[in-house]
Amino acid sequence: MESGNLELQYFLSGITKGSIYAVVAIGFNLIYSATGVLNFAQGEFVMLGGMVAVTLARFVPLPVALAGAVAIVALVGCLLEILFFRRLQRHSILHLVIITIGLSIVLQEIALHLWDEKVRSLPYFTGNEISSLKFFGAAISPQVFWVLATVAVTVVLLHIFLKYTLPGRAMRAGSSNPSAAMLAGINIANMRTLAFGLSAAIGALAGCVISPITMTHYEMGAPLAIKGFAAAILGGLGNPMAAVLGGLMVGVLEAYSVSRLPAAYSDVTVFAVLLLVLFARPHGFWGRPGGESVREH
Amino acid sequence: MALLEIDNVRHSFGGLVAIDRVSFEVAPGQIKSVIGPNGAGKTTLFNIVCGLLRPESGSIRFGDRSITGFKPYQIARAGVSRTFQNPSLFLQMNVLENVMVGRHCRTRWEFLGCGVRWPGQPKEEAAIREAAQTQLEYVGLAHLAECPAGALAFGERRMVELARALATEPQLLLLDEPGSGLNTREKADLGRMIRRVRERGVTILLVEHDMTLVMDLSDAILVLHNGARIAEGTPSEIQNDDKVVRVYLGGEMNHVAAS
Amino acid sequence: MKPRLKPGLSFTLLAAALIVVPWILRWADMEYCLTQLTMSLYYAIVVLGLCLVMGYAGQVSLGHGAFFAIGGYTSAVLTTCDVSKWQTAAWLGWIKQSPFCMAREDLFGNPILTLSPWVAFFAAMALAFVVANLIGYPALRLRGHYLAMATLGFGMIVNKVILGTAFTGAADGINGVPEWNLGLGLTVSGKRALRIENYFIASGLLLLLLVLLHNLVRSRVGRALQAIHDRETAANAMGINTALYKLKAFVLSALMAAMAGVFLTHYTAGIGPSEAGALKSVRYVALAAAGGMSSLWGVTGMSTLLNYMSLRGLFGSYDNAVFGLLLIGIVSLAPEGPLKPLARLLRRFVGACRPPNAVGPDAARPDNGPARRASDQTQCLFP
Repeated sequence: MESGNLELQYFLSGITKGSIYAVVAIGFNLIYSATGVLNFAQGEFVMLGGMVAVTLARFVPLPVALAGAVAIVALVGCLLEILFFRRLQRHSILHLVIITIGLSIVLQEIALHLWDEKVRSLPYFTGNEISSLKFFGAAISPQVFWVLATVAVTVVLLHIFLKYTLPGRAMRAGSSNPSAAMLAGINIANMRTLAFGLSAAIGALAGCVISPITMTHYEMGAPLAIKGFAAAILGGLGNPMAAVLGGLMVGVLEAYSVSRLPAAYSDVTVFAVLLLVLFARPHGFWGRPGGESVREH
Repeated sequence: MALLEIDNVRHSFGGLVAIDRVSFEVAPGQIKSVIGPNGAGKTTLFNIVCGLLRPESGSIRFGDRSITGFKPYQIARAGVSRTFQNPSLFLQMNVLENVMVGRHCRTRWEFLGCGVRWPGQPKEEAAIREAAQTQLEYVGLAHLAECPAGALAFGERRMVELARALATEPQLLLLDEPGSGLNTREKADLGRMIRRVRERGVTILLVEHDMTLVMDLSDAILVLHNGARIAEGTPSEIQNDDKVVRVYLGGEMNHVAAS
Repeated sequence: MKPRLKPGLSFTLLAAALIVVPWILRWADMEYCLTQLTMSLYYAIVVLGLCLVMGYAGQVSLGHGAFFAIGGYTSAVLTTCDVSKWQTAAWLGWIKQSPFCMAREDLFGNPILTLSPWVAFFAAMALAFVVANLIGYPALRLRGHYLAMATLGFGMIVNKVILGTAFTGAADGINGVPEWNLGLGLTVSGKRALRIENYFIASGLLLLLLVLLHNLVRSRVGRALQAIHDRETAANAMGINTALYKLKAFVLSALMAAMAGVFLTHYTAGIGPSEAGALKSVRYVALAAAGGMSSLWGVTGMSTLLNYMSLRGLFGSYDNAVFGLLLIGIVSLAPEGPLKPLARLLRRFVGACRPPNAVGPDAARPDNGPARRASDQTQCLFP
């Protein structure tokens, strides 16, 4: 194969992975702006989505399994908010961080015991693992287009939801000024639950569409969460659309470092970039400085 | 020579100019007040003086050296201490420990010395405790030394904060609205307290809304409006100043600010 | 007044308790437990250091496993790498004859020449010091979530680098780390004959560091750290160099983690990549939370106990789940740790048994918030 095509192949695989990071980053953003909590268990929603869908797909047709997985994980998300975060609004950031980390471990362990440590995957939505489409000379699995299309549709729908529907607007109002929103008759607590549910649902959807390509494994959540966070930070926390760009950047970076460096170091590049961005520009490329660092002047 | 010299200081938040080229001086031993309507930039000015905000331009001199761009802890070491508009005590500590924190910048043992209790360190610790106790007695709250800071009434928190500020041995004390939230009687006590502090040789810069307190205490008053200085003088001069009266009675504000 | 023991007395009691443990175990014919107990004492050192950063300075660190691994791996690499084969320049030749080196046999009985454990120890501490400063300086300017993510990301980097590098043994880790002769007849080693001796080395080290930190938190430095935790702005305005103090506390605790790593690596004769994993770092945080974050005694006790239970395999395959649940449970139900409320209950119980006039002055001032003094609001503030 020509080297140009190889580059394109890397680029597309980066975009594919990156779009999943983008979804995780959007999930971070949704919950962060609605509740002020950075949900470290975000990656677990993706893992659960894939796991549940794989199990359901054994009994029901694929589309039903996907819908079921998304619904179940959304329910889990709502439940987490009601059980843990509703009562804990007074707690310090330190405590909330620790609780979400605890949740991430517990969800992971539950997955390990409900299923097992085996790697699973959903069948390809169209075609199979060897079918490919020619795209400018590069061979692309049709599943890649499923991933990209799903992510794009999700992002657009979410944008419309937040911008033009009543619950979406209420959610944004609740995050920018909770007390004023409360006075305007918005039920802040329900908005927070909705944010958790929504964020879990899109995480689960991402977990389903990516499953045929990257497989589903009970330990996949934590690295996804960190890379998703890197994406959210690159874009600037609190800005869902910038998170998409951030996610794509992280994905492409990872794909290229796989091609240039020993495989074991590919994650190192991404984490190192995360640290550099955090240290140099914690409000991201498209964000404004806020409360992310200690200001002395 | 002035103790504190503010020269042409300017600061803005985003596009909003909070302090626009303000200059003034505080003479040693003076009680000077900064007044002005809400949003005039008084607290911003305070935060600039104590190093929480870095001025965009202009300079600040304290004593015989420039403290422009110093960080708050450096300014505290130089001899400027402050209280906050909302008393910000360390709520996990008791009252005495709060005041002991004030001694931090006048003591020197670091991690290693404190960890191994190097000879001399326990002695310094005892001296810190004693000095803090003295400050608490000075503000009349020695009986609350062991009380958790979170259990204090509002007025008591103010006084503990004052004791903590005094424990840093300041030459200049910045008081940010010390009278807010106090009743008439407590305000009168506060006034007496501030005078006593001045008699100790501490210069005082005061931001306050209560005009009775300000007129009663101040040697000199600076009036800010929309971030600009509009008048400066003795209490009687200020009371008779047309511009000031207009600002406070809600006259042609824009006109005044421009003049 | 609160019934509280003098610190000197409580340390003596703790030392006495630590000393009798081996005899009790020998009497109960359970001497084999000493191995896991020794290991949990070393892990407790990491958690104790974390307690300074999280409980006192109020800064979260999800990267302490990495510092443990930096200590352990540096020591393991330097004491297992055979320098006799190095084609060194003449000026380096003297190292081979110097006391910095140690001739011994490797696991297969071949003669090798490695650096001495003492050299490795100082190298490990130096590396941990440098890394802690490099990471801590920029990271500690970040707040809350951002700091958590930065330290987590740092831990992940260390973990991945260890996993991907040949000379750190990749996924297998390093085995065959020699015993460490500390001098004075003490040797850090996992040999059965030295089990009691090593238990005493571990408990002595822990006790020493506990006393150090105890002194530290009850000094101007401890108050400064707590002030930073409470209100960073006010602390800075009171003359505390907040950035420097946070960094110093972070570096100190990183050094403690690295030190525990060095000792434990010599004790178990090896180290694996899981020591640097995010789960390990999170576990240290869980243990600190379980001990009440800012209670040195609670943290030491709880972390020794829980780590011991975990190492004995009492949690079975639910090991990580137990720590996750512990984290959630404690932080959401009793954020100040389970021990303080228990102690309060005990104190109330003791107080109820005593005649009312013996309760002491602080009972007259219950801390139920500002509303309490509504009745004497008008009272003169200055007598």
